[in-house]
Amino acid sequence: METKQTVNHEPSMMDLVHPMDNLLRMDRMPHIWCPTCGIGIAVTAFTAALEKANMDPNMVSIVSGIGCTGRVAGYVKLDSFHTTHGRPIAFGTGIKVANPKIKVVVFSGDGDLIAIGGNHFIHAARRNIDMLVICVNNFIYAMTGGQVAPTTPLAAYATTSPYGCVEPPFNIPYIADSSGAVYVARWTALHVRRLTNSIAEALQKRGFSVVEVISPCGMYYSRINRLGDGLDMMRFYHDNVEIRHGEDTKNLDIGFQTKIICGKFVDRERPTYMERYNEWLSEVKGSKNEPG
Amino acid sequence: MKANPKDVLTGVYYIDGDVAAGYGALAAGCKLVAGYPITPSTEAFEAMCRRGPQVGAVFIQMEDELGSMAAVLGAAWAGVKSMTITSGPGYSLMQENIGFAAMVETPFVLLNIQRGGPSTGVPTKAGQADMMQSRWGSHGDYELIALAPDSPQEMFDYMIKAFNLAERYRCPVMIMSDECVGHMTEKVVIPAADKIEVEPRRLFTGQPDEYLPYKPDPDLVPKMAKAGDGFNLYITGLVHDERGYPIKDEAFRLKYIRRLVDKIRLNKERIIELKEEETDGADVIVVSYGISLRVAVKGIELARKKGIKVGTLRLVTVWPFPDERITELAKNAKAFVVPEINYGQIVFEVARCSHGHANVVLVPHGGAGVHNPNDIADAIEYAVKEEKKIEGVIEYKTRLEKLVFEGGYELKE
Repeated sequence: METKQTVNHEPSMMDLVHPMDNLLRMDRMPHIWCPTCGIGIAVTAFTAALEKANMDPNMVSIVSGIGCTGRVAGYVKLDSFHTTHGRPIAFGTGIKVANPKIKVVVFSGDGDLIAIGGNHFIHAARRNIDMLVICVNNFIYAMTGGQVAPTTPLAAYATTSPYGCVEPPFNIPYIADSSGAVYVARWTALHVRRLTNSIAEALQKRGFSVVEVISPCGMYYSRINRLGDGLDMMRFYHDNVEIRHGEDTKNLDIGFQTKIICGKFVDRERPTYMERYNEWLSEVKGSKNEPG
Repeated sequence: MKANPKDVLTGVYYIDGDVAAGYGALAAGCKLVAGYPITPSTEAFEAMCRRGPQVGAVFIQMEDELGSMAAVLGAAWAGVKSMTITSGPGYSLMQENIGFAAMVETPFVLLNIQRGGPSTGVPTKAGQADMMQSRWGSHGDYELIALAPDSPQEMFDYMIKAFNLAERYRCPVMIMSDECVGHMTEKVVIPAADKIEVEPRRLFTGQPDEYLPYKPDPDLVPKMAKAGDGFNLYITGLVHDERGYPIKDEAFRLKYIRRLVDKIRLNKERIIELKEEETDGADVIVVSYGISLRVAVKGIELARKKGIKVGTLRLVTVWPFPDERITELAKNAKAFVVPEINYGQIVFEVARCSHGHANVVLVPHGGAGVHNPNDIADAIEYAVKEEKKIEGVIEYKTRLEKLVFEGGYELKE
């Protein structure tokens, strides 16, 4: 590791420069996430994947919504957009159609992307907008203090499901797959290496790609459900995750403390929205078309 | 900067207000329109979808108005001029991101072809009841600009002005039109490109590491940058400092929000455009906007025939509101008559600014139609005869209201 600058004393921990510093806004640290939260791990995997995939950081825009994961955009040193609740995919769609050269990454949580932003999620997948969606799923609304989410497993407690959740949760890979996503994978915060590789691979896909990251929420989800601390959650992932690449996304439901199936489930090719738009319009309008 | 000749359909046309607005947007250099179909505004969106690809403007029909507004803002930050088109119900959905745009100072234009409300209301008939929503629709303190054209020609002209104001002040600009103007077909003259002045984006030209996205110029408007140019922009709806970084401090919030409102308030004189006729020495001044003033012209003629000195003040710019001019006119006029297609919105602004010097008479209309000019003539006559100073707003009872509430009106199925 290199050190920040020449100093008179022996280098200490404080002088060390993290290899990812160039991709993080170090002047905004410390971040707001709680101890044992998995979002930081997802961010580390993402920044490592950017380098692994050789992405030009100037041409990557990161868009987040609202919530704990919504804060990611603000800590990553790219063109960062911390937008309104549920709208990062629609905002990213605007960036993409206005300048198709920009790689758009939407980094947000399950509540933001699947509840309030669910409609944008399925339509961006249907259109095959060229963007990578990293969805951190912690099964709960954490920023607001632990309310029930569209991903909360049946019978799990939350402050607004005080007797146990009665709504079946969404299976995110299944929605993504059936709406037309070209790349769908799921990992947990324990699978850092596999998650990094998966994000790097998804970054190079053309089209709507979704990587779901199951993340521990030690402050709310684990506490209200008496699941122990972050380390216990990591142990749970270790003992209960089964990796099944290519598994039918129908089979990926997550129950309360049941087995979690991870892996890469979908990897296919479809023309993206802008490819279709430009090709089709040139075909029907010929020289009268001015590509967008 | 002059308009790009390729973007301008120079010529003389016979088109409706919606289509003229669409052509105006493209002439202004709009390169992205994201919308969701809604009566009575669809013709404008359709016109842009048809012509857009010929001038390099991308169109996308989003899944809803929430998404349309978000996509417009994303496109603006990717560096293009962008807009959306809607009417009442869609306008309500767009409010969340209008506030976001005001907060992060994003230029864009929104065309609202107002229809009768509330809720689904009367989709195919005119209304002017979104005027206060256009000012206060999103939560929090902010200022924006709203214009009210009254003819297809003006829909073209003021669309260009709207884009110029948005770029100049980095704020949302609303075109608050209505179904009558949107669906009115008239002659529209589209000038040559070199006769159209368009405002380019105020882009920062220095090095990325020197850039502060919210450091204002002397006119209180900061310079913009776009995604993909190495600026590492950080754009957040949280209260932020000059770097764009969130800050909770009370004094800082005060300073930031103060500038957001002041950049419009202190530039009011440069922004506001009014059209006045015969206000000098007038006893009664009709203050209105959009279709309502066009309808009022006939009523004003009738009143003038009776020897009443009537002037008109047309609010081309509705927001920011011309407080000072109304106050000045109130000192000499006896009364203001304000016809609008609602049960009182702009009339309360007029009353606020007249400070009790002149009576203020509202000629209301419940929507799904326009005023009867005879009502406006009668309201003027009443206003000139009323000797007492009456506090607040005096509501004139129209012929239609009398018929409906006092009997005699036959429902048209």
